[in-house]
Formats: sequence, structure tokens, C-alpha cells
Amino acid sequence: MSEQATVQVSAEHLAYQKRVSMYRKKVLATQVAILLAIIVVWELAATLRWIDPFITSQPSRVLRTLVSLHNEGILYKHISITVMETVVGFTLGTIIGTFAAVLLWWSEFLSKVLEPYLVILNSLPKIALGPIIIVWVGQGVMAIIAMALFISIVVTILGVYSGFSQVDTDKIKLLKTFGATKWQVFKKVIFPSSIPTIVSALKINVGLSWVGVIVGEFLVSRAGLGYLIVYGGQVFRLDLVMTSVIILSAAAAVMYQAVVVVEKYSLKWR
Amino acid sequence: MRAEPLVEVQNINMTFHSPEGEVSALKNLSLDIYPGEFISIVGPSGCGKSTLLNILAGLFAPTAGQILVHKKKLLGPTSKVGYMPQSDQLFEWRTIWKNILLGLEVQNKVTEETKSYAQKLLNSYGLSEFKNLYPSQLSGGMRQRVALIRTLAINPEILLLDEAFSALDYQTRLVVADEVKQIIVKEKKTAMLVTHDISEAISMADRIVVLTKRPGSVKKIYTISLTCSDKTPMKCREAPEFSDYFYSIWKELDVHV
Repeated sequence: MSEQATVQVSAEHLAYQKRVSMYRKKVLATQVAILLAIIVVWELAATLRWIDPFITSQPSRVLRTLVSLHNEGILYKHISITVMETVVGFTLGTIIGTFAAVLLWWSEFLSKVLEPYLVILNSLPKIALGPIIIVWVGQGVMAIIAMALFISIVVTILGVYSGFSQVDTDKIKLLKTFGATKWQVFKKVIFPSSIPTIVSALKINVGLSWVGVIVGEFLVSRAGLGYLIVYGGQVFRLDLVMTSVIILSAAAAVMYQAVVVVEKYSLKWR
Repeated sequence: MRAEPLVEVQNINMTFHSPEGEVSALKNLSLDIYPGEFISIVGPSGCGKSTLLNILAGLFAPTAGQILVHKKKLLGPTSKVGYMPQSDQLFEWRTIWKNILLGLEVQNKVTEETKSYAQKLLNSYGLSEFKNLYPSQLSGGMRQRVALIRTLAINPEILLLDEAFSALDYQTRLVVADEVKQIIVKEKKTAMLVTHDISEAISMADRIVVLTKRPGSVKKIYTISLTCSDKTPMKCREAPEFSDYFYSIWKELDVHV
């Protein structure tokens, strides 16, 4: 079936391919240039005292802070605690949220009854629940995970449930003409055709879980990147704050990419 | 005059309820369908054609009356009746082969025997080399053929085609109608096609049932006999009687806009 090997490539097409690849390189080069420019200007401005490095920090200090955190051996402890809390909160939010969406789909009565409650929960800023969570769960890792879970779960339920309800009714009808049971309808069409919606809910969830964890750490913790940020702010060590924020962005980007990989794999039929 | 009917529709009524009120979709509709015939249902928009098809597919029970298949009352979806939807409705995340096994999976009938029958259908209709591809890699006409084989794989006695070609562009539609008709004839299946397209009905069917406007019941039945060489729908469109049938069915439908 593969006939592309013998296809003749015209000069115009080669020129076109070259244009496309040049364009891509241009975008990448500009992206890198912006990053370098920020670092250089920041560093210069701080060295030449255009800005006060005590409150703005500067790249060389960030690097030094990073090295000293590494040497003290506490860098990885903080990173791993925050990442662990986020992964657990995210996974629980996804699993419990999807499961709740299945229940709502299964029982139309239940979904009608719960609709106003979900709408209110969705519009409520979950951060307001922080103190309640701390009182109930206690000061610690569990409270932080609970915060991440609360922030992500409602969005998961609503997103996945709307995915389930948008499944083509003609596909469901087709299955019913084969005599499918409700469980078979779910397994064969509702769930597989909602995977794109579920994955896009996951993408939003990754971000929300980070929000939940950092807020949780602001409120209660004695460790983690959120703790470093709050602590650094309180003692006016802006180097520490900036360093933690930069590590946080890197960690969040890595986790987002992981979800993108999952998405690519699960949608290979596209 | 003929063999025993395969399907007997006896005096069915169908009423739908909604908060706005109730709608009578079918009223005292009776119809016999004989083994091996190709029957086509035409009627004004909203006359209950699709409702009739859904009832025959066992999706819901009529409000009154009954349907017999081989003298036995139809109580729900059965493997004797195969339904082919408006657009192909292939599942994009399943390969062609897995799509074809869908009905068998639902009915827990995936065995060596049924699989080899499905494979035989794939071979006969030129799809075996596409077995492991996904639907998005196939053309519209091929997808329709896959959809037909998916229905045939459960080995039904009667096929219900619900405006089965309306999602295709006109040229593809003519070709696919030809193919589907040939496959149905070759597999010796009975078929019922619901359509808006009078020409399509005349070119494919042995009998055409014209329904009244809502609530639908049988207004008139035409037995189609066309003088054409090889009986394919495409050739049948050239038969001298074609336009006469077209004209009288058109008048029967009494379309006002």
C-alpha cells in the first residue's frame, strides 16, 4: 500500500518545505531570544542598580540560591513533596470526579436533583473552604491534598458529565438495536467517545491541582515549594521566592507535557 | 399468492407524550413484508416513517397493535432484525474489523464461526485489506459498505435502512445504492428502506409503500416492475416506466410548500 516512496518531489514542493521549516526555526529562535533577553536585562538592571536586587532578585542570585539549596540537600525534598501532593490530588480528583460523572449519567434523576448543588459548588471559590479543611483534616499533607482535590473535582465532574451527555444519540441508538444493555452502551460508546473530553478535563485539572496545592501550602505547610515561597516572602528573601517560582513553573510544565503525551497516545485513531 | 410473510405489522398505533401535549405518529398501520423482497417506505415529512422503523427495530413498543416476525411477537431488539443508521455511525476509535464485530460483541456471539462469516463478508466485498485501518482512513462509500457488513455480521433476516444514504454526496450515493442493493440481493436478505428520495425508492424497491401524512398509515402500495437489463438501481433509472411511477408517487405524496 505504501506508494509514497516513488512519488516525484517537484522543485516547488522542496521550496515550500524549506519555507515551512525556516518559519518553524524562526519561531523557536525568537522564543529563545526573548528568554535570553529577559535574563540578560534582568541581570544587567540589577547589577547596574537600575532596580533593587533586594526586592527583585536577579538571575545570578537565583542560580546561587539553587546551588545552595542543592548543597543543603533540601531542594529535592521540597520539590518532591509538592509534586507528590499535586500528583495525588490530581489523580484522586480525576478518578473520583469521573466516577461521580458516571453515576450522574447512569441516573438522570440523580443528575437533575444534584444540578443546583453542583452549580453552586462550581461557582464557589474553593479557597474559601481552606480553613474548614484545616479544622477537619488537620494541619498537614492531607489538608493540602484535600484542597487540590476540592479545587479540581467539581470541574472534572461537570466536564466529564457534559462529555458523556454529548455523545451522538444515533450511536447509542445503533447499539440499542443490537440489544445492548445500559452497561454495554456505557462501555462501548459513552466512555470511549468521551475520552477526548476527559483528556481535556485532565489538562485543566493539572493546572487547578497546582493551584490547590500551592494555596494549601500557603495555608498550612512546613515543606514544599509553596512553603518556600511564603517563607521567603515573610523573611524578605526574594531570591528564595523567585527560585521557587521558577522551579514551580518547570515542574508544572513537565506535568502538563505528560498529560499531552497521554492525550496523543489515547487518541491515536485520529 | 406468496410464501408466508416474514414480518406482519398488525394495526399499530403510536402516540408520543411530551409536556406540550400528545402526538399521534402512526394510526392503524398494517403491512406484510415477504421474505426476499425489497420494500421502500415513502411519505410526507414527519409522517412517522422513522417511527415505524424504530418500532420494527424493537427500540420501543407500539401503543397498540403488534408486530410478528415469523409469527412470533416482537418484544424488543432481536438479531433477526438488522438496523442500518442514517450516516454510517462507525466508531472512530475502533478499527474496521472491531467495528464489524460490534453487534456480535453486544450479543455475546463472537465465536470462530461468526468471525469467519464476518471475514467472508469482508473478503467478498473487497474490504479485507482495510481490516486494521481506522474509519477516518476510508472514503464515504467504503465506510457505508463497512456499516452494511456490520449489520449483516449478526446475520439478520430483515435489514432496516433508515435513509441510509442521505449523508452521502449525490454521486457516491448512486454508487453506494447500487452496491448495497447488490449485496442485499446476493445475501438473499429482505430489506426495508425509508427514504425521502422517490427516485431512489423506485430504482431499488420491489414494492413502495406510500404513507399518509401524520398520523401515518398506509395510503397506497405500488408494485414496481421495470423493464431494464440487469436490475441494478442505476440501470433501472433508465427504464421507460420510471417516470410514470415517479409522477404518480409524487402526486400521491401531495407535497405543498
